[in-house]
Amino acid sequence: MKMTKRTLLGMAGAALMAVAPMQAAAQDWQPRKPIDFVIMAGAGGGADQIARFIQAVAEQEDLTTRPLVPNNKGGGSGAEALIHVSTASDPDHTILVTLNSFFTTPLRQENLGIDIQTFTPVAMMGVDPFVLWVHKDSGITTFDEYVAKVKEMDGEFVMGGTGAGQEDSIVIAYMSGAYDLDIKYIPYDGGGAVAKDLAGQQIMATVNNPAEAKGFYEAGDFVPLLAFSDERMPAYPDVPTIKEMGHDFSYYNQRAIVGAPGMSDEAAAYYQDLFTQIYESEQWQGYLTSESLSPLWMDAGEQRDYWALQVENHQSLLAALGE
Amino acid sequence: MRVGELLTAGFLALLSLYLMWKSTELPIGYIAGTGPGGGAWPFWLSAIMLVCCVCVAFNWWRGTSPPSQSEEPVLDSHGWRSLIFVGGGIIAFVALVSIISMYGAIAVFLFYYVWFLGRHGLILSLSISLITPVALFFFFEGAMQITMPSGLPFTDPVFNFLYEIIY
Amino acid sequence: MDVLLLLGDGMLLSLQPLNLMMILIGVTLGLFIGAMPGLGSVNGVAILLPVTFLVPPGSAIIFLAAIYYGAMYGGAVSSITLGIPGASTAVATTFDGRPLAKQGRASLALVTAALASFIGGTVANVLFTLFAPLLASVALSFGPPEVFALMLLAFATFVGLGGDDIPKTIFSICFGLVLGAVGFDQISGAPRLVLFDYNGFLQGIGFLVLAIGVYGIGEMLWTIDQTRGDVTATTPKMTVKGMASDTKEAAKRGWKGTMIGSFLGFFVGVLPAAGATPGSLMSYGVAKMVSRNPDEFGKGSPDGVAAPEAANNSASTGSMLPMLTLGIPGSPTTAILLGGMVIWGLVPGPRLFVDEQEFVWGLIGSFYISNVAALLINLAFIPVFIWMLRMPFTILAPMIFVLSITGGYAATRDMFDIWLIVGFGIGAFFMRKFDYPLAPAVLAIVLGPIAEPTLRQSLLLSSGDPSIFFTRPVAGPITVIALILIFMPLVKVIRRQMGKRKKPAS
Repeated sequence: MKMTKRTLLGMAGAALMAVAPMQAAAQDWQPRKPIDFVIMAGAGGGADQIARFIQAVAEQEDLTTRPLVPNNKGGGSGAEALIHVSTASDPDHTILVTLNSFFTTPLRQENLGIDIQTFTPVAMMGVDPFVLWVHKDSGITTFDEYVAKVKEMDGEFVMGGTGAGQEDSIVIAYMSGAYDLDIKYIPYDGGGAVAKDLAGQQIMATVNNPAEAKGFYEAGDFVPLLAFSDERMPAYPDVPTIKEMGHDFSYYNQRAIVGAPGMSDEAAAYYQDLFTQIYESEQWQGYLTSESLSPLWMDAGEQRDYWALQVENHQSLLAALGE
Repeated sequence: MRVGELLTAGFLALLSLYLMWKSTELPIGYIAGTGPGGGAWPFWLSAIMLVCCVCVAFNWWRGTSPPSQSEEPVLDSHGWRSLIFVGGGIIAFVALVSIISMYGAIAVFLFYYVWFLGRHGLILSLSISLITPVALFFFFEGAMQITMPSGLPFTDPVFNFLYEIIY
Repeated sequence: MDVLLLLGDGMLLSLQPLNLMMILIGVTLGLFIGAMPGLGSVNGVAILLPVTFLVPPGSAIIFLAAIYYGAMYGGAVSSITLGIPGASTAVATTFDGRPLAKQGRASLALVTAALASFIGGTVANVLFTLFAPLLASVALSFGPPEVFALMLLAFATFVGLGGDDIPKTIFSICFGLVLGAVGFDQISGAPRLVLFDYNGFLQGIGFLVLAIGVYGIGEMLWTIDQTRGDVTATTPKMTVKGMASDTKEAAKRGWKGTMIGSFLGFFVGVLPAAGATPGSLMSYGVAKMVSRNPDEFGKGSPDGVAAPEAANNSASTGSMLPMLTLGIPGSPTTAILLGGMVIWGLVPGPRLFVDEQEFVWGLIGSFYISNVAALLINLAFIPVFIWMLRMPFTILAPMIFVLSITGGYAATRDMFDIWLIVGFGIGAFFMRKFDYPLAPAVLAIVLGPIAEPTLRQSLLLSSGDPSIFFTRPVAGPITVIALILIFMPLVKVIRRQMGKRKKPAS
């Protein structure tokens, strides 16, 4: 009885498959299963918010025939996600939301055996700049005052961040090197915890994405001192960039979608098309503005070049960190 | 029981030693100015585990803990049989997941347990082992949007058909 | 006054026919999601998010509150009926809920849990309404040293939890803590304890993996062995009259635990890093301490069910406070909610409470209504859960195994974790045979990853000087109380042991 049911289902499925190729030829590749939408961070972080926003846009506009199923794999600075995606049994239905740990984690842990150039470029949804924040009660209002304060405290100035080798620590390391600062760095497990302890003045300053500090900035609790973007940010026109200070440095967190290694060209084309639609949607453009992300649209070939460049940059940045 | 108590303590002591050794990959000492190193927490806790195992062995020698006084076997023949049939069944179940999909493995496991171990009627066993995976499929994939492993590629037609129904 | 008006509007909104229906569906769905081992309110809220674009935001919030409350009630159901805590917040519920179920008093345990949850949720809602901004500033004053002191306090309640064999209890605590350290060292960012250099361990060992292994597999194997596979537990009966008398008994024997849990749980839940697990554990410990018959705890005391259940509901509502007043997630569920707010076009942060009053009080208003709905629906479903217990054991047991494996997979979506669950299950079976208590390990794996980083962050702050735990105004008293609580029973036990040793000698 069990066999017959299975066989029946199988036959029905086979019949369906027999019809499917004809349709497929007419309207290109379509996903047949729910899409494993892997997120390189735990629930609630910046990358997670973006992934869920993208999922909501796809759902609202009814862009996919099968759902994007968010799958948080934040363990080990994204190592967990990279392993999961590179060993995916079905690469055509596995895509990954990345941040810069896409570059740094394989560099810092060579034993993982991850070569990011084997991944399939899909879409660059934007890049997230970094800003240096202090609490308003610290009395610091400019970057010069900040530098003076750090020097005065002589190694007792406490900054929080998301850990050694993470995006913010790279920025802080560069800044410390450029201005000869001695900073006490406390690692936390996420951007939210860092923002909370700055609000409670457990730490004195942070380097965060604007999205994570925006609420406190609007309430007047946080004061932005310095931006690490190429140009002044539209939302913070009075905040100088480190480039204006004469240091040729800018640093962004990438918000990009990549496909699993071994994804077929048809599937890659489908996802590239899908994320182009999401990118151009009103909702995403609104999100870019409200969360102060910079647009950096690239086609697949440009993305690969961008990856190579980023790997090179991070190699020297991490080397400077002593990693 | 008496022998088992000592063997367990010995095995757990070995485990503690392994964990201590593994922790030494990171600094285990107190680094001046920054507090304990990355390996300190697991290293010293494993060391306490080791001490506890020694205490358990000491209590065994003195015969103060209940298992060290008991002359009963850890598992009698019935115990061994049920452990092998049930535990083995679970291991086979998990192994089958990557071959015939989660739902297929559930059906096989339930049938095995209810019919073979539970000695229930054929009709009851079959209906339980068929209805449960179908209900779980609609719960997980339909309502919760959680994709379970679908096994080797030969199950694809069935799943594609089912996905066609729920999406 | 404005606040009460807005709150009233929020409640009225929840009572519209469409929204009331959303609440009923949401609570029922949440109840079953929460009752599945491995799934919890996180999953419920996550599936809801994409839907929020499709319905008006008002209804979306209400639906969300309903799922949240339903899932919190449901957590107790699997703890009591199956003996598997579906979430770390429900571990303490198994201590007394499971024995009650085994005595055939599952309905008493379930009714107690439902009533305690209701009162816990209501107390939390009222405290929230009255003191939200004040409590937010308290939450901010908790830095790493304070959180670590609080963890010490939670550990203090462990001491009373273990069995009689002290080395085995300490072993279990340390084992849980070490397992919690597997994966990555947060402070140095280096891989740590990657056992056998297998990459699967890089992601660490989750609470659910150990809990499902220990309770869903190990405890079940032990029961099968102990009862020769033939469980003829007292058949639970279910009548309207029986339920009424259960309600009376629950009120009489569980009110103390409920009160302790409601208040203690809320205050611990408000602190962003701590959350509902230490809250429920500490409430259990305190309820046992102040109880007139502490020996009843662990053997089926209604107070022992009421305290953690009231606490985890109260704490879960409390964890909404830092989210709404500061924009800081206090739990994974609230983290996803924060994402939802961004989608709805709200800016999470300290301004939310002032600028978006309609949203905030609408949400809180729907909490009140959802809580009432959850109580009624939960009580209505109790006969169904009891009926499940009446299934022959040879059908119930494989069902529990299947739910453990599928639930374990749903939580992390990784086959490696399933193998770990099976491994822990078989290991736990043997440790259980030799009287190693395992509940301390299961709780330690939750608290360890909070305690260790905060300990080290504090020492980084103080440049390695441990006096930081004693000199800070909030951390100091907590640390001292915790240390006293830890060492008091230890001294007592050692004295008793010495006494015991002397007697046979003389």
